[in-house]
Amino acid sequence: MGNKGDFRVPVSQVPHSVPIPEDITGIGGTVSVEINEKKISVPLGTTILEACKKVGISIPTLCHHDDLCIAGVCRICVVEVEGMRTLQASCSFPITTPIKIKTSSPMVRKARRHIIDLLLSEHYGECYTCFRNGNCELQNLAKEYGVDSYTFGHIDKPRFEVDNSSYSVVRDMSKCILCKRCVRTCIDLQEVGVLEAIGRGDKTHIGTFLEKPLADVICINCGQCINRCPTGALRANDPSDAIWEAIDEPTKHVVIQTAPSPRAAIGEEFGLPAGTSMTRELNTALRRIGFDKVFDTNFAADLTIIEEGTELILRLYNALVKKGKVALPQFTSCSPGWVKFIEHYYPEYLDNLSSAKSPQQMFGALIKTFYAQQAGIDPANIVSVALMPCSAKKFECNRPEMNSSGYKDVDYGLTTREMARMIKEAGINLPEMPKSDFDSPFGEASGAGLIFGATGGVMEAALRSVVEFVTGNKTEDIFERANIIPLRGFEGIKYMEIPIGDKVGRVPDLIKHFIPDWNWLKGATLKVAVAHGTANAKKIMEDIKSGGKFSECHFIEFMACPGGCLGGGGQPIPTTPEIRMKRAEAIYAEDESLEIRKSHENPNVIRIYKEFLREGPCSHLSHKLLHTHYVKRGRYIA
Amino acid sequence: MLVLEKNAMTEEIEQLVEKYGRSRSSLLPILQDIQRKHKHIPDFAQQEIARLLDIHPVEIYSVITFYSFLSTTPKGKYIVRLCQTIACDMQGKEAVAKAIERELGIKFGQTTKDNKFTLEYANCVGMCDQGPAMIVNENVYTKLTPEKAIQILSELK
Repeated sequence: MGNKGDFRVPVSQVPHSVPIPEDITGIGGTVSVEINEKKISVPLGTTILEACKKVGISIPTLCHHDDLCIAGVCRICVVEVEGMRTLQASCSFPITTPIKIKTSSPMVRKARRHIIDLLLSEHYGECYTCFRNGNCELQNLAKEYGVDSYTFGHIDKPRFEVDNSSYSVVRDMSKCILCKRCVRTCIDLQEVGVLEAIGRGDKTHIGTFLEKPLADVICINCGQCINRCPTGALRANDPSDAIWEAIDEPTKHVVIQTAPSPRAAIGEEFGLPAGTSMTRELNTALRRIGFDKVFDTNFAADLTIIEEGTELILRLYNALVKKGKVALPQFTSCSPGWVKFIEHYYPEYLDNLSSAKSPQQMFGALIKTFYAQQAGIDPANIVSVALMPCSAKKFECNRPEMNSSGYKDVDYGLTTREMARMIKEAGINLPEMPKSDFDSPFGEASGAGLIFGATGGVMEAALRSVVEFVTGNKTEDIFERANIIPLRGFEGIKYMEIPIGDKVGRVPDLIKHFIPDWNWLKGATLKVAVAHGTANAKKIMEDIKSGGKFSECHFIEFMACPGGCLGGGGQPIPTTPEIRMKRAEAIYAEDESLEIRKSHENPNVIRIYKEFLREGPCSHLSHKLLHTHYVKRGRYIA
Repeated sequence: MLVLEKNAMTEEIEQLVEKYGRSRSSLLPILQDIQRKHKHIPDFAQQEIARLLDIHPVEIYSVITFYSFLSTTPKGKYIVRLCQTIACDMQGKEAVAKAIERELGIKFGQTTKDNKFTLEYANCVGMCDQGPAMIVNENVYTKLTPEKAIQILSELK
């Protein structure tokens, strides 16, 4: 992302990219260009597409995406460059000499129209039966360029079977236009490499290794490809019909938990600007749809912090004091995409992965045990839905080991997009909803749980509690307003050291039975790191393998998706770097507006350890309900 | 694949990687060597090459499906590729094709039961002035007649 030099692909596959000089005021730093007879001066190496954006001329694109490297394959962005025989793709044409460009000449218009017609001639399907209807880049272009007939015909039979094998991602390659955004996402951005162009010429299609169904190859279900697909060729496996059925069934008690990221993004589906938080409006909307209870996933996130933080402290204690053999650094396990990534590529490091479940699954187990008990409902009649920004959560809730309540802990994972559609289907305009609160017994959660949605959030939340536990000082006294700024932002890998100092506090009651005092941490320095996007995760893992700087860390947060959950594969389309930034701002702003911003201060968390998980974190019952184990999957496909 | 076969394959690929280097550009020579020796590139070999060159198996599969001289299914000892483009066609390719099919007892796209011959069409082999032309493994034969083609193949039998 960002820096194009970061891509692993060889130079020949990053066509025509010219590095923009750092100092553009020097001689040759800028170059003048005439676009539709308007003269401007741009930094050397700027592409025609970027230059046009600067003067407010929009050029259609399909294969271009802000997160990905240049491809130049769809040709829809062609423009006329004076002196050149053929039309040039503006996305991959760097301006290095003064040129004159026409973006709307008869030749350009005709070429673009023909390209659209040709794409449509092989694009199977009717728009009204497509989930991207109204949000499809190809459909928009057809509208923009006034396509009123199929000049080159229209395919009337599907060319490929729909691949329904995965819990998370559905592939309908008959709708594919071969822009290769998914290929570049999977290989460059995520380093997973599920998809590539298979075959040659008119037989070319996007496929998996040996054309196997998606469920059988090494897919981590992150859904980033869905988020970048310009058409409906990739979509999430949508459970909304089953959820409607459960809602309509009077004997079923349907509860939903909502994660912080969808709440910060769902407004986009209703025409609101990115970064408009809809938490409380959503609560009302969900109740009106027919959900019996609306819970806050952040409560489980707070619980995760207590469980995972305790696990970290125990690992450190065992390593430093008892001199036992302990796997360090500890890795976070909230991101199901990351969990599957490490199961496939680094199975030898599974011991480092925290055994704590993700907030979704913790909550699922509690809903069908603690909540069912409290409310006097037979857990068999509870249908538990999770609103997540994520397609991998659909896979996670279907993992066979996720049934510690005796039932399937979470019945359905629902993405932000699917939720928005259900709300619209119910005839509700979300932004107009009155605000309402979450339901008891879990109620309101802390800001620490909330910031799980952004990259660095889990680490920040954990530190807010751990630092306070160990030093005995208030987090606010160490970090201004408890904001741990070095962990924020969208840099691929973040690293931070926190010196503990010589003054330690009292061991909190919750974990007193594990460790007598903090003296063993005096003068120690806690080293933590944060990575988002599995390409960055891979960098850290390789560094750990070779014994580098990160192998000395104590705790590392990994998120499979760029930007963390707020850039998840289930979030509204499009998701771009600017939109991710806005969503992060919304999440951090909401965090600051809350009174309770540390997990261990959440009264409901304190209560659940008093009333239900009486033996405290990492105890027998909490291990049964809130912790899990992992599968060594390996990188080979039989 | 048996474990022993797998280990032998891994060793072979390690040697090839040693020989050609670990960069992406070594991929094609490695694939060609394996194709030449095993008459196809087994699934396991693709995954091993991917591991050793630090790329993804699907990228290797993509390359194999792109080139018609690389294949994922086993081919015969001799691969007969008859040129099917227009110049050879006009100079009597059809009769040669029928003769070869009869001689080998298989259709185009098939392999004989004894795994000796695979019969395929090729697009232009650059022998338009001397057609009809065919390639058997790496040798080019030109100005074919049905009799000449049968003779060439029966010598290989």
